Amino acid sequence: MYQIQKDRTVKSDNSPAINVANLTKKYGEVVAVNDISFQVGNGELFGFLGPNGAGKTTTINLLTGLARLDAGTIKIGGIDCTGNPKAAQHLVGTVPDESNLYPELTGFENLCFCAALYGIRKSERQQRAQELLDIFGLTDAAHRKFAGYSKGMKRKLTFAAGIIHQPPILFLDEPTTGIDVGSARQVRKIIADLHRKGTTIFLTTHYIEEAERLCERIAFIVKGKIVKIDGTNELLQPVKGKNILILSVSNSEPDVTKGMASSFPQYRFEPAAPNQILVESPEPVNIGPLTRFLEERGIQVTEARRHLPSLEDVFVQVTGIEAELMRKDKERAGGGGNQ
Amino acid sequence: MKRWIAFLSIFAKDMRAYYLKPPNVSWGIIFPLAWTGMFFIRSGTGLENILELLPGVVTISILFGTTSLLSVTLTFERRNRSFERLLLAPISLELLMLAKTSGAILFGIVNAFIPVVIAAFLADMSGIAWSLFVPAIILIGIVSTFLGLFISVSASEVFEAQTFSNFFRFPMIFLCGLFFPVMSLPIFIRPLSFILPVTYGVDILHGAVNGEHILSFTLDFIILGAFCAVLFLLSLRNVKRRWIV
Repeated sequence: MYQIQKDRTVKSDNSPAINVANLTKKYGEVVAVNDISFQVGNGELFGFLGPNGAGKTTTINLLTGLARLDAGTIKIGGIDCTGNPKAAQHLVGTVPDESNLYPELTGFENLCFCAALYGIRKSERQQRAQELLDIFGLTDAAHRKFAGYSKGMKRKLTFAAGIIHQPPILFLDEPTTGIDVGSARQVRKIIADLHRKGTTIFLTTHYIEEAERLCERIAFIVKGKIVKIDGTNELLQPVKGKNILILSVSNSEPDVTKGMASSFPQYRFEPAAPNQILVESPEPVNIGPLTRFLEERGIQVTEARRHLPSLEDVFVQVTGIEAELMRKDKERAGGGGNQ
Repeated sequence: MKRWIAFLSIFAKDMRAYYLKPPNVSWGIIFPLAWTGMFFIRSGTGLENILELLPGVVTISILFGTTSLLSVTLTFERRNRSFERLLLAPISLELLMLAKTSGAILFGIVNAFIPVVIAAFLADMSGIAWSLFVPAIILIGIVSTFLGLFISVSASEVFEAQTFSNFFRFPMIFLCGLFFPVMSLPIFIRPLSFILPVTYGVDILHGAVNGEHILSFTLDFIILGAFCAVLFLLSLRNVKRRWIV
């Protein structure tokens, strides 16, 4: 099994794996990243969650040396990379948001070449390439040209190329965007495995459920600014214990919700979507009296669905951005996104 | 050692992926052959004059051999983002760009020896000063490649790189003394010849083959070396400025 060699060259003091202070990047008048600061601990899986154009990819480009910062400081593995982005590149693996391997090389050749860029000897790089092809289910396509791969296969090989040198710190930019459900699940499993073996992972995503499922800490980034940063459990705290019921009804006029609110003061009511009423309570919601109340007033209840509060609710509350809009926005921009 | 593994892998990958592809190998052979034949027929002279044409044909083979592919492949790799892979690798930009150019340099040098081999069957080459000829070929190969590098890092699209390289290459055929002596050009054009690096390489080649040269060999070599350094440094600066934004 492919092993992650942990901590080969990371400084042995207690420096965080990634330490960013007051990072700013402008493109002309546009401030892509606006004075952001955060730390990622050694072995931590940290999520950067935000809509399209929030500054996620720019942040990764700044941290990996593909873009020049305008202000701030960056330390990777305890090494100050502010003036010299090359200083810590040996510690870092990057999986970009778009496949960037060589179309004229085969999958196997691409992996071997990427390993060679990190000075890995021939026999070892061939062995690692073969192992990764097996792990990602690409063995049959190993000797086919990368140009002929499907989108999902390209993403998986790009992922494999990012980890072939067994980096202690890994940057993943939208790793599951645009790939099919099975591949996305496989990629998430590999991310979880890498994390379990001690790799520090910086993950950007616009899939809230992916961030919730994988990350230990999450930062919400909107328009280049971090609007919230905390542990996933801490972020979920305000919505934990809430009981939410969504009623699909034939009429959800404001006077209906008003009437319900006066009859059931223990619950909070609000119109959710057209012909939907959201019922919220710290205690479990008793559906029977509610449906009877509505039916007595000639309103039909077509569906009653319990909603489990999630990070999505927190994200919407903090940023004001609807998660569904964010997903569609990304898909319009070409991200695909079949989860 | 690790850096050299990376260097050699980039070099070997480029050779395999670009320079040793059948269309490029055939281009590398046919192109110098065509130029040799064309100038030989056009000159209307006998076989004994083939050595007069040799410096020009050798130079043109290097110039086109080095710049044709490099400017296209670099721009292409940047467009499809595979160049980012190299920028993310823990090797210095200097070593990376040397690795990317070494394939083109070797390709240009090999191209240069095709007309030399042909000439060896047709003329007496015992009078050639090989100790000047070979280093001059290597330096022309390096300076032409770095010129191609400079062009490709200044372009955003493949077609731009091709247009831009023709803008340099074709005037150099006429201005750098390849087939027409620089001193026979109109006096107001001559300064242009001396701002082009190839002029100094061709001057050494003419000196090595026919014993006729304008400047001292030492000065030619120094100026060629300086052009190599300046073009390489300017290219690095452009990569940092334009590709790492």
